[in-house]
Amino acid sequence: MNRITREYLDKIAGQPNQEDKNWIKIGMSSCGIAAGAEKTYKIFIEEIGKRKIQVAIRKCGCVGMCSVEPLVEVSIEGMPQVIYGKVDESAAIRIIDEHIIGHKLVDDHIYDIKDAKKESKQLRIVLRNCGVIDPDNIDEYIASEGYQALKKVLFEFKSQDKVIDDIKKSGLRGRGGAGYPTWLKWNFARQMKAEQKYIICNGDEGDPGAYMDRSVLEGDPHSVVEGMMIAGFSVGATKGYFYIRAEYPLAVDRIQRAIDHCYGHGLLGSGILGSDFNFDVEVRLGAGAFVCGEETALIASIEGRRGTPHPRPPYPSVKGLWGMPTVINNVETLANVPYIITKSGEAFARIGTQTSKGTKVFALTGKIKNSGLIEVPMGTTLREIVFDIGGGILKDRAIKAIQTGGPSGGVIPKDFLDTPVDYENLQKLGSIMGSGGMIVMDEDDCMVDIARFYQRFCYEESCGKCSPCRIGTAQMLNTLNKISEGNGELADLDNLRKISHAMQKTALCGLGQTAPNPVVSTLRYYEDEYKAHITEKRCPSKKCRRLLKYRIIPESCKKCSLCMKSCETKAITGNKDEGYVIDMDKCIRCGKCFEVCKFEAVAKE
Amino acid sequence: MHEEKLSDDIKNIVKKWEGKKGSLVMILHDIQNLYGYVPRQTSLQLSNYLDVPLARIYEVITFYHFFKLAPPGKNLIQVCMGTACYLKGASDLLRKLRDTLGVKEGESSKDGLFHLEVVRCLGCCGLAPVIKINDKIYSKVRKDQIEGILTEYKPKEIAK
Repeated sequence: MNRITREYLDKIAGQPNQEDKNWIKIGMSSCGIAAGAEKTYKIFIEEIGKRKIQVAIRKCGCVGMCSVEPLVEVSIEGMPQVIYGKVDESAAIRIIDEHIIGHKLVDDHIYDIKDAKKESKQLRIVLRNCGVIDPDNIDEYIASEGYQALKKVLFEFKSQDKVIDDIKKSGLRGRGGAGYPTWLKWNFARQMKAEQKYIICNGDEGDPGAYMDRSVLEGDPHSVVEGMMIAGFSVGATKGYFYIRAEYPLAVDRIQRAIDHCYGHGLLGSGILGSDFNFDVEVRLGAGAFVCGEETALIASIEGRRGTPHPRPPYPSVKGLWGMPTVINNVETLANVPYIITKSGEAFARIGTQTSKGTKVFALTGKIKNSGLIEVPMGTTLREIVFDIGGGILKDRAIKAIQTGGPSGGVIPKDFLDTPVDYENLQKLGSIMGSGGMIVMDEDDCMVDIARFYQRFCYEESCGKCSPCRIGTAQMLNTLNKISEGNGELADLDNLRKISHAMQKTALCGLGQTAPNPVVSTLRYYEDEYKAHITEKRCPSKKCRRLLKYRIIPESCKKCSLCMKSCETKAITGNKDEGYVIDMDKCIRCGKCFEVCKFEAVAKE
Repeated sequence: MHEEKLSDDIKNIVKKWEGKKGSLVMILHDIQNLYGYVPRQTSLQLSNYLDVPLARIYEVITFYHFFKLAPPGKNLIQVCMGTACYLKGASDLLRKLRDTLGVKEGESSKDGLFHLEVVRCLGCCGLAPVIKINDKIYSKVRKDQIEGILTEYKPKEIAK
């Protein structure tokens, strides 16, 4: 591999990636591959080869419309640029024969037609290259103005102050959840005098229901590497670590390949681009511990120890990895950096709200039609996200709430859908921005059950070092179990509040302090639902199994006896003449009778 | 004296990480990749070779969910329990798998064919609910598909 020079960067930048007039591009991120993208890719290679036509076949990262993967973008001269979804074997062959050869669109697989004039509520800064370039091809990144920001920092700014000042002007805040100003973190570390300083990229995306970081690492690894190098230059660090979940093997592969390419081309190592800046990068894997997303625990894990947190201060920017000043930035934060440097901090600050600048990537999931990865300017309302971008609720049911911030966040009821999303607004509503999971819930979702789900998660993931978290999560989970099984008392609600308060005030790390949030926020907005479970022994959403009651509706029953035969506990008795009844004392609420009945004669109440 | 006892595999792994600070977690990853779990004998050898007490190694292995101390069943089934999958019925899938295989989470089936595990989030929330068997992800899984999926992994004669 040749050493990449400044001249080479300029020569390739801005040029179209490849000269081919006709091409197709297949999304090859984890979700695409899960849906069968590799097979689709193979079929395109084979079938296009058989037909001997001139079409380039490319790979790219996540396009964002995860629910209709595998996605294939097709660009043929004289035809609109189309994104096809759910492209299986037969769809692939139709695309070749009808679209590529016959110049006729395959209507029933179209998910988007690219149109520069079309207005979109989305704004792709972090995801600017995701789904556009081949993540394994460094030249495609360079052609998309990659490593221009690094060049600007090394040869125009030439000073740490200038970079930090630009980031300060941009107003960039940490995208991992807490929203701490990035420039402040960098500045603390810069002011420290030390032999060695470190940059860590936190890719331990542990929130259940969130995969923004995975998609960025898989779809545009170089932008994160470049962001890390700029951070390194600004604080005087010469060594960086990527800490990535072991559950994300493809993200690990792509980052490692990007790093290898950089070393091969002289973009990492010593004397980068002919300057006197040296920077080395290594990948370290997480091993399935949620707490390692907390920065002091993450450091312990990189040091090869149990990932338990320790009290701050000292903050990592003062005393971090191996006792040295260390900056820890989230994946999305770092991916913003090259954009800010190239376009200027002021330009970035024009996007967003007063206190929250730029965009935010969300993993929009749950009971939503267009489930996928989206990026919107800060200040976009929840309604715009759910209905304009997400297409509304599955099966056109009514929305109940939106959960943000994962186990550290809370639920936002539908009454607040017109809230513009930014750090402060979400906090006021009792949730947090978090890393970007946004889970939409409909009327079928029980809030006690949701609180219990997150509490179980926190209980299982509590590292056990401090007692408020270790004991608090266990006690809260017990209480929630009790309530959802119909054994709750009203005094339990006060207890939940008391334990929550104690944990928020006394737990050792951020995760312990925020673990009660899902309980606190559901109690704040849905106390009635808790009370229905406690006093009426009823789950209004019919979710909590132990509170369900099954009943046979005599008018609909055709006396086929299927329910009786399927009942494991012999709770259903009767005969073909008199019909059947369910004895709720024997019933274990397995729901089998409800499922097997072909006449909807079993009522679930 | 310890060195000659080390199997070549372990020697190579340790060598790869020589001189790099804090590499214990990464070495354990490599060992598990090789054997599917971290055998006790290996930990003993590692302890000697790295001059780290065995307790330190076990303290790390048992802290992280990812590491296994016993060999898992032949095919690893991971049920995603991320929020999106949970809302879309992952617990029903888990219950079905438990019933069908006759095991609890973290256990292997009697015939040694399957190992059932719950994972926090596979990051495929758009395709929820998902289960992963070995390297293959099954998306938008319904309860009634479970038996068919498991059949793919059974030897042909048993599958009948």
